[in-house]
Amino acid sequence: MGVKILFFAGLREALGTGAESLALPADVVTVGALREHLAARGEAWSALATMKNLRVAVNQQMVGLDAPVKAGDEVAFFPPVTGG
Amino acid sequence: MSVSVQEADFDAGAEIAALSAGREDVGAVASFVGLVRADKAADSAVGAGGEAAVAAMTLEHYPGMTETALEDIVKEARQRWEFFDVRVIHRVGRLLPGDRIVLVAVASAHRGEAFAACEFIMDYLKTRAPFWKKEETPEGGRWVDARESDDHAARRWNSGAD
Repeated sequence: MGVKILFFAGLREALGTGAESLALPADVVTVGALREHLAARGEAWSALATMKNLRVAVNQQMVGLDAPVKAGDEVAFFPPVTGG
Repeated sequence: MSVSVQEADFDAGAEIAALSAGREDVGAVASFVGLVRADKAADSAVGAGGEAAVAAMTLEHYPGMTETALEDIVKEARQRWEFFDVRVIHRVGRLLPGDRIVLVAVASAHRGEAFAACEFIMDYLKTRAPFWKKEETPEGGRWVDARESDDHAARRWNSGAD
């Protein structure tokens, strides 16, 4: 089982996709490593590495980039929220 | 406690009345209603002046997490203040200037708890609930930038000043 990855708002538009499933490489054990793995695809994906204030949620809870990630998790990347 | 994320509009008066319906222990209901503003986004990162008026706005959210985040915020408010009931409604989808976006209403015995909890819930909603606004202007669409002042407003509840 891999991870389900979600993207929202301006990031979703920049990447041209809102969701994907990914088999986790063995060396990707944190959210930060997953971000680098995705950013390494280049072009639009490099925004993940350069974006200021990138927010991350694992299983729908906001976490820091050092949070662990494992198979079966739902990981979401998004810009700072602007509701209300 | 009741939290809703919906496309439909809401009747703020009816929601506020429902918080105290049939009970005699509620002495205060404080509420906040947020609306779509049409004026140019003077608070955007681009700066004041020269920005086109907002013709419409689309609110995106993270289904599932949104509801959980709002419920967690209400739970956190409950740990700080005593109040009876809360109603939170946040709309999603396409909204026009003047449309209601959000309602927070808190019923308590006395006004202090209701005012404080209502403001706390709004401040935390602004910085923690996964909603994103995209404005439509004559010059095209633009995602609203998060405001430093919103982070500041949420942080002050941890300063010990409350």
